[in-house]
Amino acid sequence: MIIAEGKPIKEILAMIDDYDKIIVAGCKGCVTVCSAGGQKEVEILSSALRLARKAQGKALDIKEVTLERQCDTEYLEPMREYADQYQAILSLACGAGIQFVAEKFRKQPVLPGVNTQFIGVTEEQGVWTERCQSCGNCLLHQTGGICPVTRCSKSLFNGPCGGSKAGKCEIDPQIDCGWQLIYERLKELGLLAKLEVVLPIKDWSTSRDGGPRKRIREDLKI
Amino acid sequence: MENYEPTVVAFCCHFCAYTAADLAGTMRLQYPTNIRIVRIPCTGKVDVRFLLEAFEKGADGVYVAGCLEGDCHFLKGNFRAKKRVALAKRILEDAGIGGERLEMFNMSAAMGPRFAEVAREMTERIRKLGPSPIKRPKSTAHSAERKEHRV
Amino acid sequence: MKAGSNLEKILTSGKFAVTGELGPPKGADVSVIERKANLLKGNVDAVNVTDNQTAIVRMSSIAVGAILQRMGIEATMQMVCRDRNRIAMQSDIFGAYALGLRNILCLSGDHQKFGNQPTAKNVFDLDSIQLIQTVKLMRDEHKVLGGDEIEGAPAMFIGAAENPFADPFEYRVIRLAKKVAAGVDFIQTQCIYDMAKFERFMQMARDRGLHEKIHILAGVTPLKSVGMARYMKEKVAGMDVPEEIIARMKSAGKEKAREEGLNICVEQIQRLRQIEGVHGIHLMAIEWEDAVHGIVERAGLLPRPQV
Repeated sequence: MIIAEGKPIKEILAMIDDYDKIIVAGCKGCVTVCSAGGQKEVEILSSALRLARKAQGKALDIKEVTLERQCDTEYLEPMREYADQYQAILSLACGAGIQFVAEKFRKQPVLPGVNTQFIGVTEEQGVWTERCQSCGNCLLHQTGGICPVTRCSKSLFNGPCGGSKAGKCEIDPQIDCGWQLIYERLKELGLLAKLEVVLPIKDWSTSRDGGPRKRIREDLKI
Repeated sequence: MENYEPTVVAFCCHFCAYTAADLAGTMRLQYPTNIRIVRIPCTGKVDVRFLLEAFEKGADGVYVAGCLEGDCHFLKGNFRAKKRVALAKRILEDAGIGGERLEMFNMSAAMGPRFAEVAREMTERIRKLGPSPIKRPKSTAHSAERKEHRV
Repeated sequence: MKAGSNLEKILTSGKFAVTGELGPPKGADVSVIERKANLLKGNVDAVNVTDNQTAIVRMSSIAVGAILQRMGIEATMQMVCRDRNRIAMQSDIFGAYALGLRNILCLSGDHQKFGNQPTAKNVFDLDSIQLIQTVKLMRDEHKVLGGDEIEGAPAMFIGAAENPFADPFEYRVIRLAKKVAAGVDFIQTQCIYDMAKFERFMQMARDRGLHEKIHILAGVTPLKSVGMARYMKEKVAGMDVPEEIIARMKSAGKEKAREEGLNICVEQIQRLRQIEGVHGIHLMAIEWEDAVHGIVERAGLLPRPQV
């Protein structure tokens, strides 16, 4: 899923300083699961914003809403009924959702309430870690199911570099060396021979480097 | 301001602080009438939203009173509450209300005197802090801020 | 001859090579380079010029390399994968060759987190092994990546680094073999203090026959103080300093620490020369360039051969 974290309240307060009627829009997708922008976070943030504005002596009217998803047109539609009565929409969806709201609701500014961080997993309750950089050309079959692009701090294809010490990365002793993980996994699988082969230079054109990406399935189009 | 009486909401666990409040009453201990008790089944039930809502509804101070650490009827409820109170304190700080208006206390059902003491302590703290910033006219809030800076 | 550099000539003629290292200044002051270079001149066969080491902004390794070449000192330009994509790297290799540089050391590069630009975007378009392949492609097949023919191939003597003390230890030699397969000509190792571990590493390299395919230069760094020894052991990623060396530095006392550091260094060089497959040393006297002459002389490696 996509992992995000709430923006600092002070940053949001500065964004909404000119408005006294806003929508705080959560999303029931990824940001609910990672506790950054679901219904609960909408309520907490709205409460904090109202308190802050009351303390400043400037009233704030908030419409709290949590949509099924913000990355699909049909789930944004319910907001049309009341959107025009508000001066801005503060979206707690991921960057994609925020932008999609901005695309579909053109009469008022759409503001980000979260920082979108990465594609990751829930390692344990309250702990999320990155797994994928969506490079568009998966090579996990060659690396024991561990992604060097994501898990190696230098995205090396032929690691580990000289900074790997006791299984940890040189940049932070809390971070596992991605290539140590790859090495151990392949050893476990009896596939260490895979590491003798030089992995070729990557074609980054399938990644963001090739420009904004688009996928079309003709058979699904209406 | 001199006649100001703060409103302090106390979220009290049924198994300890709430019973301690009862005991304080039975023991005829005096404690401020500013305290508004909300009985909860366990402090683990306390959500950040409740704490913020209490302030939105006009509380000048809020505290959560749970069992002694290690004695939670539901094992970890009071530890969860402790972390949530910490988060809510940060939010209140960022929102300009002040994190010191919220606190967590631990006590057992047998600690009636402690309940009364906490009630006095918290009432005094909030009385010193003055009314919640949301209740003060803007100009007063400003002068209060300036005073804080000088200290 | 692949590049015809002095270093290549020394190594291919079977002589024991000595390379030095020079860190470019954190600014545009050429006099710093000249001062350090003059201390190295005549004492080493080639001088590595670091490429923004530890991710601290310094003068370009190519520019400093060109200055050294003009001074009659052979340079080995270091190139890290952190700061440039394949377009810039290949372009810079053309430029470096045109300026007279003949040796290149291909490195991944230290992560920017610890440098003075921690908020930078890093690149790592290629990794060090892929960079070796790229330089070899340019030199031997006269092509850039993608297959376009080039006008004038940069004949570079290709080097890479190896850290025998990083983890996983058993994998280091496999990775060295990958560098050999990618087309590296010489290797300079991370500085060695744990001689026993390095000997094990060399045994593993010899078992694969790697010592016959490439030239391995063993890295040495003289210790200045017991504090430096401890720092290297504890703080520098992938560095092993045995207790015995720390104890020697400690018992030398503050006044004699530098002298003892030099003694240890000379002994290390003598021991390294005995190891089969070690074709030279890479002497990294960090901000202590004036120690180089003495070390090389005491190790019996002067005068440097003319080839």
